[in-house]
Amino acid sequence: MGAQLRVYKRRIRSVTATKKITRAMEMIAASRIIKAQRKVTASMPYATELTRAVTAVSAGASAEHPLTSEVAKPTRAAVLLLTSDRGLAGAFNSSAIKAAELLTDRLEKEGKEVDTYIVGRRGMAHYAFRERTVADSWTGFTDEPTYADAKAVAAPLIAAIEKETAEGGVDELHIVFTEFVSMMTQTPIDDRLLPLALEEVAEESGTKGDAKPLFEFEPSAEDVLDALLPRYVESRIYNALLQSAASKHAATRRAMKSATDNAGELINTLSRLANAARQAEITQEISEIVGGSSALADANAGSDK
Amino acid sequence: MAAELHVELVAADRSVWSGEATLVVARLTTGDVGIMPGHQPLLGVLESGPVTIRTADGKTVAAAVHGGFLSFADDKLSVLAEIAELAGEIDVERAERALERAKAEADESAHRRADVRLRAVTSR
Repeated sequence: MGAQLRVYKRRIRSVTATKKITRAMEMIAASRIIKAQRKVTASMPYATELTRAVTAVSAGASAEHPLTSEVAKPTRAAVLLLTSDRGLAGAFNSSAIKAAELLTDRLEKEGKEVDTYIVGRRGMAHYAFRERTVADSWTGFTDEPTYADAKAVAAPLIAAIEKETAEGGVDELHIVFTEFVSMMTQTPIDDRLLPLALEEVAEESGTKGDAKPLFEFEPSAEDVLDALLPRYVESRIYNALLQSAASKHAATRRAMKSATDNAGELINTLSRLANAARQAEITQEISEIVGGSSALADANAGSDK
Repeated sequence: MAAELHVELVAADRSVWSGEATLVVARLTTGDVGIMPGHQPLLGVLESGPVTIRTADGKTVAAAVHGGFLSFADDKLSVLAEIAELAGEIDVERAERALERAKAEADESAHRRADVRLRAVTSR
């Protein structure tokens, strides 16, 4: 076998192996999307009920609360960025990071200091490489986040927002994550969690314009708000984590599908090249034989004379 | 007046139980509260404890809830808990082991969690 042909054969073998791997990863991601989507759906009742309760309290109670009242002059904001631990997901992480950077720029132009909180090794690596300070970060659960993870992420954020700004607290809390719109579309979005914009909350829960019942609060409106709002933040973060996980799996599936397709194409091209090389080799061998025999014939004809 | 109220018992990551009931007893931070159809709109903070639901067909459903809220309006009751387990789902042996361990380690919150689980099972 000629050297050229051997090289092609070897490349075909390696690309075939790669194709098998990417196909397997595509299948795994596809099954995980469904699982992640199911978790998103399962978390919906809690989120809707909670949103309804928050609307009811905030509308019913005139209580001023640090989590709902807008500061006249916000000076510091926290941005929570959700990325994934692992790559191989196309533009998933880079577009989430880009969205976070756009938001950070915008907030800084408005004259606010920005504290960045990051979930996922990819986002951390991005910020560490650029030597930017990160207030806090979490890794290890981005593929299958649980409610306990969401609580762990929410705790320092809630603590930061409850603290006075002068003592290092924040006035606003933003979250950047990739929304799972459909199997084919996932868009990175940024969202202000706190202070609450009540109209938005009301719209989300679909209760806008309804007459609200006059609630009795146990123990008191303020205590209920105190307990309710952290839960609301946790639930929103949980929902964002789940959507981000589903989006990540969808992005992986898409990336792996195109990798598999590309590998197939590459194999086709390489087989054609290998065939051409084999053909060229055969042609060369034949012409060598013909050339050799005619040279022999010529020599014999010469000696006959 | 409607003789039944609609109950949604929801944990953070799933819907635990939903159906019609005639009476729901839950523990708020201020004390136990019983809710029957036609109760005044109420929003309360739940204490870790058992929630007992007397269903419309006369059965009793017990669940252990840890942290959360209860909101009642228009004969609809939502019990939102971070963690909620029906009595039937609770592994008694595991809860007992957890209780022992919590006692040994003097971990108060773990102790209460395990205790609530066991109480939910016995109140069935």
